[in-house]
Amino acid sequence: MRRVWRGIPAAILLLALIGAWELYVDLKGSTFSLILPPPHQVAKALYTDRSLLWSSFLVTAQEVLLGILVATALGAVLSVAIHFSPTLRRATYPLMVASQAVPVAVFAPALAFWLGFGILPKLVVVAVVSFFSIVVATTAGLAAVDPDLIKLMRTFDASRMRTFWHVELPSALPSVFTGAKIAVAVSVIGAVFAEYTGSNSGLGYVILVSQPQLLAARGVAATVILCVFAIALFGLLGLGERLALPWAYRPRGEIAT
Amino acid sequence: MVEAPPEEPRELNAEDAVRLELVSRTFRTKRGPIQALAGMSLHASPREVVAVVGPSGCGKTTLLELICGLQSPDSGTVRSAPAALMPQRDLLLPWLSAIDNAGLALRARGASREQARQAAAPWLERFGLERFERTRPAELSGGMRQRVSFLRTLLAGKPVLALDEPFAALDAITRQDMQGWLARVLESEPRTVILITHDVEEAVVLADRVVVMSPRPGHAIGEIDIHMPRPRKRTDPAVVELRERALAALGAES
Repeated sequence: MRRVWRGIPAAILLLALIGAWELYVDLKGSTFSLILPPPHQVAKALYTDRSLLWSSFLVTAQEVLLGILVATALGAVLSVAIHFSPTLRRATYPLMVASQAVPVAVFAPALAFWLGFGILPKLVVVAVVSFFSIVVATTAGLAAVDPDLIKLMRTFDASRMRTFWHVELPSALPSVFTGAKIAVAVSVIGAVFAEYTGSNSGLGYVILVSQPQLLAARGVAATVILCVFAIALFGLLGLGERLALPWAYRPRGEIAT
Repeated sequence: MVEAPPEEPRELNAEDAVRLELVSRTFRTKRGPIQALAGMSLHASPREVVAVVGPSGCGKTTLLELICGLQSPDSGTVRSAPAALMPQRDLLLPWLSAIDNAGLALRARGASREQARQAAAPWLERFGLERFERTRPAELSGGMRQRVSFLRTLLAGKPVLALDEPFAALDAITRQDMQGWLARVLESEPRTVILITHDVEEAVVLADRVVVMSPRPGHAIGEIDIHMPRPRKRTDPAVVELRERALAALGAES
């Protein structure tokens, strides 16, 4: 019951924003609604285009989920390697930061050329954009282990590997989840842009083609689904963390896990 | 049983488990060098409990790290039988149950989870923790956590136990309980103990000898032998008198 009450401020704010949006578009007139459709048209599109939106959602969701999974696996491995080798950190960090600044549109055509128009190039884009936050969070987690714990392990004659295995790795696991949660939003955007360049399915593709077809409401409906998907994925990761690492869970408000 | 290895290593003669002679240690910090210890000497015979008391920041933790081999002195000599540390905060691993935390030192040396549990289980029972074997630290009380932490240090199987203000974080009543508990454990399981504390009463109740340190840079400025049978009552006039002597050596007004 308390959880429901805590959701009320967010619901009121959302309704107020939707109301203001509706009012604004009504005042601007019907031509403007071709550029920015009012909420009631979006709601209508959500309903009438539901089968198209659903099948497109399944495509995009698959790209995002697999992409984050690949990025998490590779990111965790690279983080461990960086943890053991400061040289590797110095070598890879500038490149990773740079990879965040490269607009997806620049290398997406090349990816389509190499990997075709299937799911593979989208996976690569999603993985590249989410890789960075996972590596940064995980290496930070590995480095943040209490130095007194490391000293304690030394007085127990633990080897470097055993200290890593018994102490450092488990302490860094919550950080992997943190990195994946930060990656959720950028990975959704990454998937949409990957679909812009070279695909014929997915929510990004729906958004791309709805504008020239004067179906702006359909494009916004697809965007609404992307937003809800991001929230759900974020919540799902939080839930997964609570189940997998119950010792690390401290209640910290609702969505801001 | 935990087998303490023979107490012979690192050029120690038979009367010493720990011997520090005129040890100095300076740390470089951004605000300039800080000398933690200057001419500190300390010794402990096998199975002797030596308490070290001193004002805050007098280099007590540095002293323990030297004994445990985590640091080297800038000058002077440090010789010690192998020592295991019990840190100031319990530093239990939050993802491990009490029994797995207690057996961490065994796993650090390559024992399997099962082997470590088998070694730890009888001790948890002895320490009154058998019902909490599978409980994670977050659900244990402060006193229980310190017992698990002490057991973890004990199971490292080293002849010297380096205890860094083990009960400082506990409330007054629990601290008294734990002091009595530690005295009983050491009675049945004698080890060489270097007990760092800022609690003079704790030092007098638990130790065979109390060494008083100066403010930084730390060195020994006094030593009080305590020839009293255990268990000791803190209200015992002899204990009170020794406590006053230790406080006077610290320069505190009594």
